Amino acid sequence: MDAETSPVTLQNPPDDAQKLIYRTRLPVRIWHWLNALSIFALLMSGATIFNAHPRLYWGKFGANYDQPWLVIGKRGQEGFLQLGSLEIPTTGFLGYTPYSTKAIPPLFTIPNYYSLAEGRQWHFFFAWMLVISLLALLFYSLFSKHISRDLALTSEERKPSHLWQDIKQHARLRFPTGEAARAYNPLQKIAYLGVIFVLIPLVILTGMTMSPNLNAAFPFLLDIFGGRQSARSIHFLCAAAFCAFIFIHLLMVVLAGPINELRSIVTGWYRLPPARKDLL
Amino acid sequence: MISRRGALIGASGLLLSGCERITTSPTVRKVLTLGEKASLTGQRLVTDRNALAPEFTRADLSPRFRVNGNYLPKSPIYASHVANGFADWKLEIGGLVGRPMTLTLAQLKAAPQRTQITRQDCVEGWSAIGEWTGVPLALLLRQAKLSDKAQYIVFHCADDFSDIPYYESIDLIDAMHPQTILAHTMNRQPLPVGHGAPIRLRVERALGYKQAKYIMRIEAVASLAGIYGGKGGYWEDHSGYQWFAGI
Repeated sequence: MDAETSPVTLQNPPDDAQKLIYRTRLPVRIWHWLNALSIFALLMSGATIFNAHPRLYWGKFGANYDQPWLVIGKRGQEGFLQLGSLEIPTTGFLGYTPYSTKAIPPLFTIPNYYSLAEGRQWHFFFAWMLVISLLALLFYSLFSKHISRDLALTSEERKPSHLWQDIKQHARLRFPTGEAARAYNPLQKIAYLGVIFVLIPLVILTGMTMSPNLNAAFPFLLDIFGGRQSARSIHFLCAAAFCAFIFIHLLMVVLAGPINELRSIVTGWYRLPPARKDLL
Repeated sequence: MISRRGALIGASGLLLSGCERITTSPTVRKVLTLGEKASLTGQRLVTDRNALAPEFTRADLSPRFRVNGNYLPKSPIYASHVANGFADWKLEIGGLVGRPMTLTLAQLKAAPQRTQITRQDCVEGWSAIGEWTGVPLALLLRQAKLSDKAQYIVFHCADDFSDIPYYESIDLIDAMHPQTILAHTMNRQPLPVGHGAPIRLRVERALGYKQAKYIMRIEAVASLAGIYGGKGGYWEDHSGYQWFAGI
């Protein structure tokens, strides 16, 4: 969009155009990048592990003769994803591509050839990185109050009417500007809290539930998740939720101004978007 | 002119060869083994070494327990054992023991037994529940007067992959565990050939590849170095699977 066609309402008023604020402190930035690296490596090495047996079950056991609820497979040169009794053709993407006959093609796996043993080495290395960096973040938050100050929703934000307003604003891709952009907005807070307190702990616990040695020591994990194969299914659903989060997270970064957002998560400095002169 | 498709394929090719350079680098591989070491140390640190693997009821049995790995050892000696119902088969227990032993299948069946309904988890991700009956390994090792120098128990098997014999090893924590048995009975039937007749190891806190089938000889050793590839098992030596199979 060039200057002549851009709407006047979006042009920067000179007074607050240069307002840089220090928004993200170093420990949080380090955690973000270690966590991002870990999750990418875990998703891709997890895809390798999934390829060893691309079928998911509910319950205590599940193998080839048992009924899966999800299968990614191929029939001849056609890939498919079977979800219960529904079958979705996925030729060229999952199950069968001209370059691969694995459930998830090598473009999305670590390593980029099939090796379950190597996939596991990657997965457990980064699983430890995920666990340790999460513990470090939570420990840091105890002192810095990062969570209570930056992520917890204010009593005003917890009101359904306020949340509804925020959802409507997001749907119209109108993000907070000016002073309102100093803090994270409620949906953003909910997404981040969900990742830190629900998704990452859930993926770690379901991962631990798949360990036969940990099953002996902590059998209640099996009771919580309804058996090892259920835990494996939930682990996979968590992976899908991470993919969805990453997609929306990156989309929001692009829509909210990729340079500014990237600067803030690399250097900590964030330029407050100029207040909108609302014509609507 | 470069087509969009060509550019995409070229770019992904570059990306993939870059990835391959990372995944095949010896340094990277060495760093990654830290994860396995942390799992072994961490799990040993926080778990009770005698904790029992969950046991199930007969209602939980897998309707059909799939056979995995080798389903029929191809050696002529094994074939002759199958032909006469393992009547001449003998299990050797040796290495760092004060009293090496050879035991027939009848002797093993006459020893004190343990029956357990447990879940087997393959490294690939599937699980199956079966009922196993056999002799606790600890009992045999005590009878054989296991030496203080012994650190690992190695299981030499009758099967092979491309003429490379199968073997596995466990440490004494698992070897002396009450659920670690040499099973000769599965789901109340003599152990089928597909599942490792005449005996297979059940080490219930480890993945499937530790559950060695077709066991012919048990050897107590101080170190795994010098045994075949030195990494403690066929899959460990030849495919890089982790020796610690607790996760």
